[in-house]
Amino acid sequence: MSKVIALATVLPVKSERPESSLPVPLAGERIVTPAANAERQPPAVPIQALSPPVSRARLRAAAIARAIILPGAVFLLVLVVWMLVNAKITSDIPTPAATWARAVEIFGQPFYVAGPNDMGIGWQVLYSLGRVLAGFALAVAVGIPVGFLMGASRDVHQACYPLVQILRPVSPLAWLPIGLLVFQAKDPSAIFVIFITSIWPVIVNTAAGVQAIPKDYLNVARVLRLGKLEITRRILLPATLPHILTGMRLSLSVAWMVIVAAEMLTGGIGIGFYVWDEWNNLNVASIIVAIGLIGLVGIVLESLMNLAQRHFDYNRR
Amino acid sequence: MSYLNISNVDVVFPTNNGAFIALREVHLEIEKGEFIAIIGHSGCGKSTVLNVVAGLLEATRGGVLLENKEVNSPGPDRAVVFQNHSLLPWLTVYENVRIAVDKVFGKSKSKAERHDWTLHNLRLVHMEHALDQRPGEISGGMKQRVGIARALAMQPKVLLMDEPFGALDALTRAHLQESVMEIQAALNNTVLMITHDVDEAVLLSDRIVMMTNGPAATVGEILKVDLPRPRNRLELADDPTYNHYRAEVLRFLYERQRRPEAA
Ligand SMILES: Nc1ncnc2c1ncn2[C@@H]1O[C@H](COP(=O)(O)OP(=O)(O)O)[C@@H](O)[C@H]1O
Ligand SMILES: [Mg+2]
Repeated sequence: MSKVIALATVLPVKSERPESSLPVPLAGERIVTPAANAERQPPAVPIQALSPPVSRARLRAAAIARAIILPGAVFLLVLVVWMLVNAKITSDIPTPAATWARAVEIFGQPFYVAGPNDMGIGWQVLYSLGRVLAGFALAVAVGIPVGFLMGASRDVHQACYPLVQILRPVSPLAWLPIGLLVFQAKDPSAIFVIFITSIWPVIVNTAAGVQAIPKDYLNVARVLRLGKLEITRRILLPATLPHILTGMRLSLSVAWMVIVAAEMLTGGIGIGFYVWDEWNNLNVASIIVAIGLIGLVGIVLESLMNLAQRHFDYNRR
Repeated sequence: MSYLNISNVDVVFPTNNGAFIALREVHLEIEKGEFIAIIGHSGCGKSTVLNVVAGLLEATRGGVLLENKEVNSPGPDRAVVFQNHSLLPWLTVYENVRIAVDKVFGKSKSKAERHDWTLHNLRLVHMEHALDQRPGEISGGMKQRVGIARALAMQPKVLLMDEPFGALDALTRAHLQESVMEIQAALNNTVLMITHDVDEAVLLSDRIVMMTNGPAATVGEILKVDLPRPRNRLELADDPTYNHYRAEVLRFLYERQRRPEAA
């Protein structure tokens, strides 16, 4: 099989709305088809008596309660385990209370600057985000055209696919020494690692998107005698955009994971190095706070990409 | 010389198991304003014929002449209604037609005229109520209507339709057939339509072209349908002439061109 089909590229296919829709049951109402009716003749107990109508408001309240209670229970469980670790295994892991106190301290002054190597956690996150966005932007700028070429031309696909396949499973951190050698500086090397991280999903998904364009769309373009530029702008780009955005979403979330590790190795300002630095100072509470913050930023990035995807994806609007 | 001339067309596809002769010596002459239905078993080569006329596929031998000019590439003078509607899903109903109008009349019509012409064609197919919907939000029948509007809006010399209603349920199909008859009566388009529905062929067309089974499919018989227009499907249901035509086509398909695997 020569087609690139990444799992994540499978887009939701919207089913066509039928010309005449089936009657929709209202709350408490049942639709009895003739066949079902025949099977159940005569109903022993009136259906209504079995399931008393539940008001919509109560159903909603129950759903909200579940959404709070269930995750809350897991959270409590984690706290208990955490305290047990503190009490029974090693007291180097601070208690939740101590960690909370440290968090209040850290977030009380997120943007202080006490010297080039001593800045608030807000700056650390911003520096890391800056590197991620730079590497990610470069990867998108290079990956989309390359993906387009690979999707549109059999020869380019055949030429590049083996290389992509070999390099894609390599941990991007393995490229860090190469970056350090080539760029002779830490910052560009970290950005380079993010670039490598981000580029594969963009290329693979863009190429798959171009290959998945129905032939009919291109036939429409031919009948209309659209030029090359018009075809790209009016057909290829909008048709592949959902795939491209899927690739970008995958890239960004992995990039955010990789930057922490990369910064641990390169040093400088950044949330990854912050974690490493606090480890050297045996400030474990700070590390736990940083872990929580890294997760939160990851969620924000993910939701931003989801928002973009919803906005541009005609399948989801 | 006829308006549209499909002249001794052969189509050979190169395949992994050698050359596959899809069409041999397909010859057909169509007059201006004629409604032609091509019928034949699935896989015999109907779409191949239509694609050659559309210019989407090159004939291996022979060729197609439209108004005495050879067809060698696709163009809006031979608008195609595809089986799978092929609307662009990121454009609204209006934009799907407008893109064709802008392309074909970008130089000859003003912006306001193009807007009006877009609306006019959507009105023809009774889709003026859904201008801002996207293809994903309308039914299969509606999509096909928009596809027809897009094709009509190009003011084609020949309207090509490849099993336009094949994917629709019977009731929706009947509605669309009525619309097509209505439009054809008003505009007198030259239409080449592929179908596998015998009733549809007899109801809509002036002549029915019956194709033999492939490989090397060709025109088997041509049946002239001499029924007055406008035609009404209810009245025709008991009409002996109509039923005679129907029987002729059925006989061709199920006696003379019976598919080997169906035997
Ligand atoms: N690009 C192609 N390459 C090889 N064979 C093809 C190609 N297109 C069509 N065929 C073959 O040509 C025959 C006619 O196809 P088609 O015109 O699509 O049939 P129909 O539209 O009547 O169902 C079929 O046997 C099909 O498999
Ligand atoms: Mg076909």
